[in-house]
Amino acid sequence: MNVTPYIFWFLSVLALFSALMMVTSRNPVYSVLWLIGTFFAISGHYILLNAQFLAVVNIIVYAGAIMVLFLFVIMLMNLNRETEPQKNRWLKFIGALAGGCLLLVLVAALKDAELKSQQAMVGGGSIGLIKVLGKELFTRYVVPFEISSLLFLSAMIGAAVIGKKETSQTLNS
Amino acid sequence: MPINYYLFLSLALFSIGMVGVLTRRNAIIIFMCIELMLNAVNLLLVAFSKMHHLKNLATSATAGADGQLFVFFIMVVAAAEVSVGLAIIVMMYRNIHSVDIQFLNRLKH
Repeated sequence: MNVTPYIFWFLSVLALFSALMMVTSRNPVYSVLWLIGTFFAISGHYILLNAQFLAVVNIIVYAGAIMVLFLFVIMLMNLNRETEPQKNRWLKFIGALAGGCLLLVLVAALKDAELKSQQAMVGGGSIGLIKVLGKELFTRYVVPFEISSLLFLSAMIGAAVIGKKETSQTLNS
Repeated sequence: MPINYYLFLSLALFSIGMVGVLTRRNAIIIFMCIELMLNAVNLLLVAFSKMHHLKNLATSATAGADGQLFVFFIMVVAAAEVSVGLAIIVMMYRNIHSVDIQFLNRLKH
């Protein structure tokens, strides 16, 4: 018995349900926790596709570092259900309608695409392994890799400069 | 798995992120929805890279590795983006004591 389709459907339902709960839950902390659930489901998809390196990086960077940062900021500001600003009902309805229209248009445009008969390789192939990706990264993609270090440096400096306590003079001007 | 399934799953996740951006007023939640949209694109890139790999398996052993490296770079950029974006949100909270984007309409006047 091939168990792969069941895992695929389970992970897909988990990802969609967590994403929906993330969007609809009133409490920002719950939103963060549901989003972490979505990221774990997506990591499960990566493992299913044998992209092991990306699965681990997704968990470490997204579910680990980034979401902890979000949670930290939310708790720092002491946001909760009572302070959560709400749009009025019509704006929410129109927003959901617009998103649904986007989904409808994209699905309608892509459902008869030529790649209908193509298969994604599941559970095989070596390109997701860290050996192959590392070789590629340090030979053909070494320049973008070095540039990304510059990006990180500038992001670090930018975050420090923006987060610095402003003096009252700059606040008034 | 057929590539269509991954395509529609990614589209659904992307649309949910879009709905979140359009319906919420909390700046942090909007930011999280953008992360969700980035992740939907990442999933689709990985699925397509595996599709490409299966197609060109005979000619090249590493066909499709580019797609996964793109995902890696997207994650790198997203991490940098989050640090700066959250710094901006914290600064905004310090100045107007709210993360409601309704108060960020000064460019209108």
